[in-house]
Amino acid sequence: MGVAYYTKDEKDRVLEVTYQSGLKVKPVYGPEDLKEIGFDYEKDLGDPGQYPYTRGIHPQGYRTRAWTTRQYTGFGTPAETNERFKLMIAHGQTGLNVAFDLPTQMGYDSDNPRVAGEVGRVGMAVDTLRDFEIAFKDIPLDKIGVGLTINAVASIMLAMFQAVAEKYGYKKEQISATPQNDILKEIIGRGMWIFPVRPSIRLIGDTIEYSMNELPRCNPVSICGYHIRESGATPAQEIGFAIQIANAYIDNVLERGYHIDDFVRRFSFNFNVFGNLWEQVAKFRAGRKLWAKNVKEKYGAENPKSMFLRGLFGGGGYGLTKKEPENNIVRGAFYALAAALSGAQTIALCSYDEAYTIPTPHSALLSLRTLQIVMEEVGLRDTVDPLAGSYFIETLTKQMEEKIVEEMERIEKMGGMAEAVEQGFVQKLVAQQAYQFEKDLQTGKLKKVGVNLYADESKKEEDVELHEYDPSVIDQQIERLKEVKRERNDKDVSNALKDLKKAAEEGKNVMPYLVTAVKAYATVQEMTDVFREVFGEFNEPRII
Amino acid sequence: MGTGSDRKIRVLVAKPGLDGHDRGAKVVAQALKEAGMEVIYTGLHQTIDQIIQTALQEGVDVIGLSILSGAHLPICEELIKKMKEKGMDDVKVAVGGVIPNRDVEKLKALGVDAVFPGGTPFDMIVEGIREIAEKR
Repeated sequence: MGVAYYTKDEKDRVLEVTYQSGLKVKPVYGPEDLKEIGFDYEKDLGDPGQYPYTRGIHPQGYRTRAWTTRQYTGFGTPAETNERFKLMIAHGQTGLNVAFDLPTQMGYDSDNPRVAGEVGRVGMAVDTLRDFEIAFKDIPLDKIGVGLTINAVASIMLAMFQAVAEKYGYKKEQISATPQNDILKEIIGRGMWIFPVRPSIRLIGDTIEYSMNELPRCNPVSICGYHIRESGATPAQEIGFAIQIANAYIDNVLERGYHIDDFVRRFSFNFNVFGNLWEQVAKFRAGRKLWAKNVKEKYGAENPKSMFLRGLFGGGGYGLTKKEPENNIVRGAFYALAAALSGAQTIALCSYDEAYTIPTPHSALLSLRTLQIVMEEVGLRDTVDPLAGSYFIETLTKQMEEKIVEEMERIEKMGGMAEAVEQGFVQKLVAQQAYQFEKDLQTGKLKKVGVNLYADESKKEEDVELHEYDPSVIDQQIERLKEVKRERNDKDVSNALKDLKKAAEEGKNVMPYLVTAVKAYATVQEMTDVFREVFGEFNEPRII
Repeated sequence: MGTGSDRKIRVLVAKPGLDGHDRGAKVVAQALKEAGMEVIYTGLHQTIDQIIQTALQEGVDVIGLSILSGAHLPICEELIKKMKEKGMDDVKVAVGGVIPNRDVEKLKALGVDAVFPGGTPFDMIVEGIREIAEKR
């Protein structure tokens, strides 16, 4: 679970507190602590909206604009997903975050025998543009930003998003998509990889380059410390590794002859919020500062917007428990608080029932309501960076900064994140840490209410409403795919795929070719197979 | 300990299907290793045929599947059917992951020997694997 370690005496007095990143906390902080760390307001913090942005990227924080609420949504057929999107929007949600099923994330069509049983299960099934037409019907794509939680084939989904928007009469310059598009974290912690590391990074470079020229409101990459943390990283590693991942993508785009200020302002981040509240706040404040420094000092950015760490802070999946699941609703409120105190641009929460099922309408709405209550009822929009100036928080922020820098240096010594991931270094490290956390939880060194503390042993069965998977989704999906294949012009498809292959082989930006192929109703697997043929597949390094 | 227990229990920890969440698989693999078992981890995105092939090659006593996508019933059904076809009657099957309580009995009816839903403590998993391995 990765909360703090506490040593207590026999009278329950707390003797020692150690955070997950390894920092020790004192019982009292005062002015002398700030003196000791050499605290300098201008240098360490600056005003909100001022370099190094420790206090936030906007001068007035949430007064100017509340955070976007964006629950992760999608299941079954595109029609069912469209219905759920509308439900969430009708209840005040301000952005969408699309969940795709595993076959789509892995570039397989719904009729592939390999994927039987997975179609539409953990997200929406997508085979062709026709599915996007159904999923985004009557959604105002010029007003609502759409996260596309997909990575290995993010380039295809971005092309499809542009195509559907144009089909519905929007200009590509109007739309705001945020494909997750972070393959390095997939290899470390989420597992939805297909191609080897280098061509995968090149595809990400292609989407960044294409967006900068054609899709000015899109955020082509969302770098996810989130999943690395879920996989066992400490909060300091979460930030440090994410910055190094971002640098791997930056380097690819710079090699194409661009300047850092041409594109990096559209990068966004996704970070986790479970664990000790103070450690999370310090992590985000230090992370904002280090990202700004990284972009300015390492890469020579001059545009302040390039230096903004903009992010979705939320989730908290690993902090939630299977036992006594309603407790997760309470935990979610505290995670939202941590995100809001940390200056998140967007917040989403894992629903309380995710250890059992994908969220039901009831649990998804509870998460949205939690975010709305935190926003409207407890005063978090009142003033920007409310914890600033606290002896404790400023000391901790500075110490976190040092920890994060140490983690960044570990990766740098290995020759960068692409190298570190190819060798399995990060995967091995987080897997070992995950095992240690799990042991500490089971031995009670880490406390979790309802699990190893105040646990109700009499409770065996949990009464959780399950989202029912409807196996007829597969037939519906395959039927539609057949229909599209009957109706489309096969010559256009094969020409588009041929051109795509040539572009992939010759190192051209594949995005315009993908847009053409998508518009000809090429399937996700047809396009992915072109890449499989040209790039090959990733070989997982053995770490256990 | 009798002579029969001298040989280490060999377990194949496998990630079938497309699900990429492998924290649980890796953590359990480490726990089984620390408990003295020989553990082979398949890595991600394995087809049932690949898993069976590795299990035969490595001569394992137990195949442990980790499934978090919700597809545990169809996956286990296919695995057990194919194991029967190959005559792997002496290889036991355990399943862990996001498994709702109501599916535990269904899995056992399919022929799964042990089910460890998320949150099962290591010592119960170790004990459970030992128990089914000794029934061979």
